[in-house]
Amino acid sequence: MNDHTPNSARPRTIVDKIWDEHLVTPGTDGAPDILAVDLHLVHEVTSPQAFDGLRDRGLRMRRPDQTLATVDHSIPTTDRSLPIADEIAATQVSRLEQNCAEFGIPLHGIGSPHQGIVHVIGPELGLTQPGMTIVCGDSHTATHGAFGALAFGIGTTEVEHVLATQTLLQRRPKTFEVRVDGTLHPGVTAKDIILSLLSRIGIGGGNGHVFEYGGSAIRGLGMEGRMTICNMSIEGGARAGLVAPDDTTFEYVAGKPHAPHGSDWEAALDRWRALPSDEGAVHDRSISFDAGELTPMVTYGTNPGMGFPITDRIPDPEALTDANQRDSLRAALAYMGLNPGEPLLGKAIDVVFIGSCTNSRISDLREAARMLRGRKVADGVRVMVVPGSTEVKRQAEEEGLAAVFREAGAEWREAGCSMCIAMNGDQLSPGQYSVSTSNRNFEGRQGKGGRTFLASPLTAVASAVTGRLSDPRALL
Amino acid sequence: MSLEPFSSVTSAAVPMPRNDIDTDQIIPARFLKTVNRAGLGDQLFFDWRYLPDGSPNPDFVINRPEMAGRAILVAGDNFGCGSSREHAPWALTAWGIRAVISSSFADIFRTNALKNGLLPVAVPPEELSRIASILEAEPEAELTVDLEASELRLPDGSAIPFTIDAFARRMILDGTDELGYLLAREPDLEAYERAHPPPVSTLAAD
Ligand code: SF4
Repeated sequence: MNDHTPNSARPRTIVDKIWDEHLVTPGTDGAPDILAVDLHLVHEVTSPQAFDGLRDRGLRMRRPDQTLATVDHSIPTTDRSLPIADEIAATQVSRLEQNCAEFGIPLHGIGSPHQGIVHVIGPELGLTQPGMTIVCGDSHTATHGAFGALAFGIGTTEVEHVLATQTLLQRRPKTFEVRVDGTLHPGVTAKDIILSLLSRIGIGGGNGHVFEYGGSAIRGLGMEGRMTICNMSIEGGARAGLVAPDDTTFEYVAGKPHAPHGSDWEAALDRWRALPSDEGAVHDRSISFDAGELTPMVTYGTNPGMGFPITDRIPDPEALTDANQRDSLRAALAYMGLNPGEPLLGKAIDVVFIGSCTNSRISDLREAARMLRGRKVADGVRVMVVPGSTEVKRQAEEEGLAAVFREAGAEWREAGCSMCIAMNGDQLSPGQYSVSTSNRNFEGRQGKGGRTFLASPLTAVASAVTGRLSDPRALL
Repeated sequence: MSLEPFSSVTSAAVPMPRNDIDTDQIIPARFLKTVNRAGLGDQLFFDWRYLPDGSPNPDFVINRPEMAGRAILVAGDNFGCGSSREHAPWALTAWGIRAVISSSFADIFRTNALKNGLLPVAVPPEELSRIASILEAEPEAELTVDLEASELRLPDGSAIPFTIDAFARRMILDGTDELGYLLAREPDLEAYERAHPPPVSTLAAD
């Protein structure tokens, strides 16, 4: 394989294999490795300062052919034929358009049939493939790890580095094996697996590591469920999370617009089949649990690690011995307006948000629509369904899912990040409670003063129908 | 962009003893619509800093008059988790913070901070508690973060060693930046590209 591999006989993890293959220059004299980037995804929020940096130095873009841009974070999810009302957002979008035109980067902007959340369109276009290195100025880049790619979020200065050199200075991460065996019960989903992992290890538990998810329960998931899990790796502190590719992966990639064809496909399959971690490869840490023990999960606090089975009661900060942890839980419960010992089931809610790069793909919408069909959104509850991409939207309309949402009383919107990050005007009012299929419940994440319960699409639908936080198993 | 060289900072501290301070708190998302790096100091910790009516929250630490000009923030565990926004270190440095002390940092925040000359100083949890009690007893106490010596000095004369990534440390001490380093490796980049055709082309018709 590679001259730089210290000892090629040593069993390697999938992370080692991808790393070795992308090593431009091994770090010497205290410097990090230089790692090549196969695909760089760009969006409007974290890129303008990086393009300015290029211009300031008089640099050109090295590989526009390995770069793709879209707009997702700050754009409206209402009628796209109207101009963007928010002037600052409009400036950001037009700045991206100018930058892409100036540097020759393909852009799926507003109006493109391929516009959508960066982490939804990469896989959809077949640009996300096993064994690749993929980066984006966005922490949920880990989503692409579902294909057995090493994909991670970077800051704007690093975006500039990649624009100029198509490489990054990186130190080899440690690996953390997450093994989930067994079979999920009906009503329990990939989202519940990841929320359960986060509740076990906490939001800093994976710092410095890349998660490698494995085990029969992970293998049993489709690609979109795997994406849901990898997506939230960052919520455990891991910059990346991945699943070794298998036949499920190959079937999903096959035939996508940018997937290899003909003899290239056969060659790619040979490379991809060699990616899984070798027998005996050692991970720095590991955890395992059984999918059969899981129930629907929900978060009660102000970070994604503060979650529990939906039937549990709010924990008591006074029971914690660590003073900082006690203060954090106290602050979280005060913000959320919740009391120790109280159940969450039955809590009245105001808004349901089905969307985000965690759960806005066609399979998420199919599951949600299946549960919602023939039912109505409870009075007084606002339900927003925001497809992850324009292509998902088209498909959902063709399959009749959009009609199900509309007939039930939900809003069916244009593709984007929307209320996941509340930059575009889609937001909670202070004090409102939402059940959201997104990935972050930080204070103010969905609007200043807004309070978020993270859950699966099924839990979101069950709650939409009853107007209260509800166990989806009752509606199966 | 080259950085101001940096070797040591001595200052009283801003105490923020809370775990898991995420980048959505450091700077809320609605301020990310800017296309500039500068001018984010006023938006630092915005939702903790201002009351719903827009007036400063007198209970929030950085609003206390004596905090003005302090360059060291002492936080709880796992500082900077969440979003990758580099606006977080931009906002901290714009306000005047040059070093954050915690027992651990989220990876992307640490990387972003170092690229902006903001030092993420990780100390063992028991040392962090000791620093917090010193600051509680003596809120004006000055700390010194010495990058050259890689140690944090406390008013009682004790010193706590810390590690900063060796390469980033050298860059910050010299005030040089990493892009220059990468650009100087052009022959390596070319050799790599010759041997590794990219697996996808975004310019190919889809
Ligand atoms: S959907 Fe949310 S988490 Fe995903 S990229 Fe958009 S803002 Fe980030």
